[in-house]
Amino acid sequence: MHRTLALLAACLFAATAAESAAQPSPVIAAASDLQFALDEILTQFKSDTGVAVRVTYGSSGNFARQIEQGAPFELFLSADESFVFALAERKLTRDRGALYAVGRIVLFTPAGSPLTPDPRLEHLARRLADGSSGRIAIANPEHAPYGRAAQQALHSLGLWAALQPHVVLGENVSQAAQFAASGNADGGIVAYSLAIAPALRDRGRYALIPDSLHEPIRQRMVLTRQASPEAVRLYEYLRTPASRAILARYGFVAPEA
Amino acid sequence: MDWTALGLSLRLGVLTVALLLPVAFLLARWLAYGRFRGRGFVEALVALPLILPPTVVGFYLLHAFGRGSPIGAAFEGLLGHPLVFSFEGLVLASVLVNLPFAVQPMQNALAAIPTSVRDAARCCGLSPLAAIRRIELPLALPGIATGAVLTFAHTLGEFGVVLMVGGSIPGETRTIAIAIYDRVQAFDEPAAATMALVLLVMAVAALGISNTLARRAARRD
Repeated sequence: MHRTLALLAACLFAATAAESAAQPSPVIAAASDLQFALDEILTQFKSDTGVAVRVTYGSSGNFARQIEQGAPFELFLSADESFVFALAERKLTRDRGALYAVGRIVLFTPAGSPLTPDPRLEHLARRLADGSSGRIAIANPEHAPYGRAAQQALHSLGLWAALQPHVVLGENVSQAAQFAASGNADGGIVAYSLAIAPALRDRGRYALIPDSLHEPIRQRMVLTRQASPEAVRLYEYLRTPASRAILARYGFVAPEA
Repeated sequence: MDWTALGLSLRLGVLTVALLLPVAFLLARWLAYGRFRGRGFVEALVALPLILPPTVVGFYLLHAFGRGSPIGAAFEGLLGHPLVFSFEGLVLASVLVNLPFAVQPMQNALAAIPTSVRDAARCCGLSPLAAIRRIELPLALPGIATGAVLTFAHTLGEFGVVLMVGGSIPGETRTIAIAIYDRVQAFDEPAAATMALVLLVMAVAALGISNTLARRAARRD
């Protein structure tokens, strides 16, 4: 029995160890509003260059903290430029990076929701006033830029205080969108890029919130100190017209100059 | 289905069991047979990961292994990269978190060996090492196996601690439990469902194995 167990363990170990010996591919961190657009760009990047990229999606604030603590990310696509500047100040990045997109927010409501999406959230305001509103999902404003933009828009419309008892916080904007799309919340204020992605488009409706209601979501990317040549190549690739076109298709506004 | 994540979890499970079992056996033996002041305190310390929220464990590990700490700095000098957000860091965290799962079944099995049997071994002239090898190990085998199975299964399922010290890097720290979380957020329900089913089947199998071993041990008494 000992020998069989040992053999089994050895086989398992060999099988799993072999896999990790494959060619190293750059590790990058990306804001979760890029979930679908970046996947498409990375597929294109792989077929053009043969380089496979390992990507982790999450909230920009968390990634900034992890990079500070020594996480091995080579390229960081933040949804907000302040996190990039903070890292640059601490000499953890090569430079101050480059703006790659400007994001927008929408009110997304799942199919069957009693809430109707409109740009100035008038229906939501009425439902809050008469006490019939259900849960509204946003990303955590403390560390997720899209959550902060949602909070600012709600402030601008004078709804933030009234919404407090109804708000559910996602760890990042993708989780907030998931809360809404699954029908577990009446709706969510999420990234436009997620609302028009095929995975969500058919699950509900959305209304684009005017960008005058919140500070611009200026998305900046930066190479970290440990960036490999492959990561640099991807950084350049993301600034080509082909990549810009994909980002535009997912509702991102191209940054000026 | 994220095969890399499953492979990583299996590798983490195997390594955790391999590293933890010898240490846990010695600790279990000390707790089962040792007569010393403060044993209750050591037992409580071993059991701590069972009741502490994973985020608390993760928080302390992040500080204990982090860049600013002596352990973190020593490892960074040794490995060339920080311990947090690396596979090695996960292994270390996993060994610590699984301490009670390995120690407690072994301690119970060792304590259940009648004192008369151990006295007889000593009277017959067996050295302490020989007594461990020929008396204690065989008699405590079901407990050891239960500890190994529970440790392995718990490693596959660990989420909170891994989320805090791992950072979900594919092929490095994205375990299957984290991959499920990521897939749900990516609206990839089918992949999440498949992986959840894989973990469910493995957990049921682990419990089945450990129950069978426990029954077999009970029958022998």
